[in-house]
Amino acid sequence: MAPRWMFLTMLALIGPGSISAHADTIQVIVDRLAFSPTEVQAKVGDTIEWVNKDPFAHTATATSRAWDVAMAPGHAARLTLTKAGVEDYFCKYHPNMKGRVTTVP
Amino acid sequence: MFVKSSALAFVLCLAPTFAFAQGAAKPTDPQIAHIAYTAGAIDIEAGKQALTKSQSKEVRAFAESMVRDHEAVNKQALDLAKKLNVTPADNDTSRSLAKQAADKKAELARLNGAAFDKAYVANEVAFHKAVNGALETLLIPSANNAELKGLLQTGLKLFQGHQQHAEHVAAALK
Repeated sequence: MAPRWMFLTMLALIGPGSISAHADTIQVIVDRLAFSPTEVQAKVGDTIEWVNKDPFAHTATATSRAWDVAMAPGHAARLTLTKAGVEDYFCKYHPNMKGRVTTVP
Repeated sequence: MFVKSSALAFVLCLAPTFAFAQGAAKPTDPQIAHIAYTAGAIDIEAGKQALTKSQSKEVRAFAESMVRDHEAVNKQALDLAKKLNVTPADNDTSRSLAKQAADKKAELARLNGAAFDKAYVANEVAFHKAVNGALETLLIPSANNAELKGLLQTGLKLFQGHQQHAEHVAAALK
């Protein structure tokens, strides 16, 4: 087992900011009128990429209207998250399609 | 007088705008394909009519999405029929649907402005409700081919979405 000081030195070298500063891209597949996964967890700065596999146009529209992302048939669309919080979203054209994005700081 | 008019209203409420043949024999796959295609074609026509008549931004956006979606799903249906070497077969249900749609189109043609918008959207709610009922209780359970069944199931989700969208537009028009 590595001594505690080694671990602490490594943490100090990496720096406290660099772990959380790494932004991820989280994919949500849109297929047969459903968002999959329905719920995603993300951090501020992460990007959600919706990949529309349907031959239909869809949107990912926040219930709060904070964002409204349009997806052409067979295309992907992206949104970079700038605020922490929970956003429920739906498709404007097919309101039975629902999802949720939870963003932590 | 009141009794008479409310009785009439009651009867009108009971009579759906679009009725599917009740107690008909279980449809075959080629007949199911024809019914589903006809229902899509009817809604494309209705959407095109709305685009020539409506000035409402919301109604036009709804009509555009109906034309776009039903064209896409009908293309899938034609591609599948071709792949399975199935010729969609005309039948009483699809003929009756087409007749009812022609009558509705003529009725809507006489309306303008807000009256048209309300009648068109109300009919879209009723039409999708009737088609969804038929898909759930008759067409999906009767379909033999797995791919046809799958397409109908996607169609049901799509049309349920359209019904909700139409209900939202109807609520906004009030």
